[in-house]
Amino acid sequence: MHKEAAIREPLILGHKTYHDITEDVCKPIEDKAPRMWYILFGIALIIGLYGVGSILYLLGTGIGVWGLNKTVGWAWDITNFVWWVGIGHAGTLISAVLLLFRQKWRMAINRSAEAMTIFAVFMAGLFPLIHMGRLWVGYWTLPLPNQFGSLWVNFNSPLLWDVFAISTYLSVSLVFWYIGLIPDFATIRDRAKKPVAKKMYSILSFGWSGRAKHWNRFELVSLVLAGLATPLVFSVHSIVSFDFATSVIPGWHTTIFPPYFVAGAVFSGFAMVQTLMLVMRKAMGLEAYIHTRHVEYMNIVIMVTGSIVGTAYITELFISWYSGVEYEAYAFINRATGPYWWAYWAMMTCNVISPQLMWFRPLRRSLLFTFIISIVVNIGMWFERYVIIVTSLHRDYLPSAWSMHYPSHIDLGVYVGTIGLFFVFFLLFARYFPVLALNEVKTILKSSGESYKNAPDTHGHNEESHSH
Amino acid sequence: MEFSVSNKAKRLTVILIGVGLLFTAIGVFTSMNDHHFATRLLTNGLINSFFFFAIGLGALFFLALQYATESGWYASVKRVIEAVAGFLPYGMALLALSLLTITFMDGAHIYTWMDPEMTNPSSHHYDEIIAGKAAYLNKGFFWIRTIVYLAVYFLFLRGFRNRSLEEDRVGGTEIHFKNYRKGATFLVFFAVFSSTSAWDWLMSIDVHWFSTLFGWYTFAGMWVSTMVVLVLLTTYLKSLGYLPKVNDSHIHDLGKWTFATSFLWSYLWFSQFMLIWYANIGEEVTYYMMRIENFKILYFSMFFINFAFPMLILMSRDAKRNVRILTFVGLVILVGHWLDVYIMVSAGSLGANAKIGFLEIGMALLIAGLFIRIILNNLTKAPLTPVNHPFLDESIHHEI
Repeated sequence: MHKEAAIREPLILGHKTYHDITEDVCKPIEDKAPRMWYILFGIALIIGLYGVGSILYLLGTGIGVWGLNKTVGWAWDITNFVWWVGIGHAGTLISAVLLLFRQKWRMAINRSAEAMTIFAVFMAGLFPLIHMGRLWVGYWTLPLPNQFGSLWVNFNSPLLWDVFAISTYLSVSLVFWYIGLIPDFATIRDRAKKPVAKKMYSILSFGWSGRAKHWNRFELVSLVLAGLATPLVFSVHSIVSFDFATSVIPGWHTTIFPPYFVAGAVFSGFAMVQTLMLVMRKAMGLEAYIHTRHVEYMNIVIMVTGSIVGTAYITELFISWYSGVEYEAYAFINRATGPYWWAYWAMMTCNVISPQLMWFRPLRRSLLFTFIISIVVNIGMWFERYVIIVTSLHRDYLPSAWSMHYPSHIDLGVYVGTIGLFFVFFLLFARYFPVLALNEVKTILKSSGESYKNAPDTHGHNEESHSH
Repeated sequence: MEFSVSNKAKRLTVILIGVGLLFTAIGVFTSMNDHHFATRLLTNGLINSFFFFAIGLGALFFLALQYATESGWYASVKRVIEAVAGFLPYGMALLALSLLTITFMDGAHIYTWMDPEMTNPSSHHYDEIIAGKAAYLNKGFFWIRTIVYLAVYFLFLRGFRNRSLEEDRVGGTEIHFKNYRKGATFLVFFAVFSSTSAWDWLMSIDVHWFSTLFGWYTFAGMWVSTMVVLVLLTTYLKSLGYLPKVNDSHIHDLGKWTFATSFLWSYLWFSQFMLIWYANIGEEVTYYMMRIENFKILYFSMFFINFAFPMLILMSRDAKRNVRILTFVGLVILVGHWLDVYIMVSAGSLGANAKIGFLEIGMALLIAGLFIRIILNNLTKAPLTPVNHPFLDESIHHEI
């Protein structure tokens, strides 16, 4: 068994038994939903439906109802797209990259982070589709053999690479998430009393029996999927960054974009995980599993990725001067001092300054402070995309073509609507799915559980003969 | 266990240094009267001093990373990392010597911006773009930055090493937590310096050219080279019966790092290349056109070797636990990354006049010999396994 040093903080607090873990995770699913859940679900649904209404209006009327114009042909739609894709990065990072790095604390959060990832990618995928204005021809983005004449996708376009990257990412994330869920569904199935629930969960659990053979395959496939998913963490947001960086627009074309977008995505993804986890641990009574130490680890990830993003901002700024290219320099001066200065400084404050506060241990261990910063970071990352996209476009090469972008109420409705839909999905997940990878958490109980970890061995073995 | 340098190893380093000196001498005498001789000689000085300095620096970074992330597994190879990082002062001396000579020769056609003619508006060599960068690229500021980088690296290196030895004597967790803080602090400095120093020492050779990713790309190359050296040194020590606490899981982990950093490097190489190639802007593509025109086969085979070799060969778990495969791939990509630095520097300084002859091979062997000898000597200065590291127990029980 793996040995864990005494100076490491336990990952499971208090005295928990294997049965307690099952109870703690399954109870909220088996009991009736609390009133609060219905209230939140109702609010999210209403907001989501408002978004659906806005989308229907958009589709019925045309994308002219957005605040776009000839100069700023890309604004909120692509901003929201990139924002959601970015948020959808934490799940796979937690489940794949942290698995490869043997970070056991990921077990407390990976399930909900992966769910969040999938829902966020759903929301992201919506924007390019509705931006076509003709949702019903959405499948034209796929290179399907067809008889429409010369209709064939442009393989030179990073927008097409996006289609491949994101659909691959979504598929692998879904499979990864689902495979992890199978043993936990089986646990719920075995406990279910009502026939309908029993039937549903037994279909969902694919006949999992918990045999050693099953576990063996489970672990093998998890490692293989982690290996596949890790390059995807990089590829998706790198390709999203190519949407901009392959162009010749000053402010968009810069080589640091791929890794810096990846860092930014992880940054915003973790912020969203924090927002959700802090509420969920409280609402579902999971404080023993997701506690200060987990929050602190995530805050450190936020701090590191925030610093990477900050370094990239400054690098861009410096090189825009160093390059001697006037247009590059102007793009950045305009960002900081032009009509969108407030967006730029909002981005700088939220993304560069606020994560630096996490250097202070009491702050990064404070749950309230973390909650506030997690929202600040998500606002900042939205502004980052807005700044990159709109400020680089709105002052075209010809001053006669200069313009501003003002969002319409449909822009706002669609965006807010996706947040509503996202929460609809997430609340449904929290209601019917095991939000904690309960079978995985059990594997660390004896090595990282507070009441076991440093307890003297009562069985008379030395540490080498422990086993799960 | 105390380490002593075997006679065989001593002989090998003496041969490397001897052959290196001989080749360098032949190189010098045969090309002394060439028009580009001084530039070529200094180019080689810069390539090799930077390459081996960077490996030492990579080890210091890797050590700081382990401290800051509170990793456990590495504890039993910690002294190996420290020994490689211990080359850093020598690497700094070599690098400073190269840079100093170049500075006294007004750039020696390597750093053309050091030539006062370039920024003198009345000279017919006046270059408007270089003059525009003069606020950053000038001898004084360049040296202030260089000295700050080297001083900071040196102080952290000394601190880490002293505390590491002190921990062996006194134990406790206080030193561990201090290392944790200092490790994180080092990473902050390093995050800035690794980029800016790459601009200063390497990117400014192609002075008109710029790329925001350049610093991270250089850093990734340095990190892979360091991981390779750590793998080679650890497996070498194991083969002699040292490091009894290091098992195949540790070797596997070092192999994984080599694999992962190779991917990182390839990813960054591709990102930089693809974006510049795709956008095809004159100011930017010139960098790659120089390389493709003058180093076509070497440049693309360098990328192919550094990407495909680790990817295809080190993919499997068994390969990362097989010392012979690791050694083979490691040596190949170490040469590959040397070639990367070689092309980075000489394509800018010598361009079409660059060639690989006695001088290039001789200097590389000479400094490689010194590098190996110094690292082996460093290993003799402390027990090979730290005794009071708080994660030592985790590392000894490491099994994956």
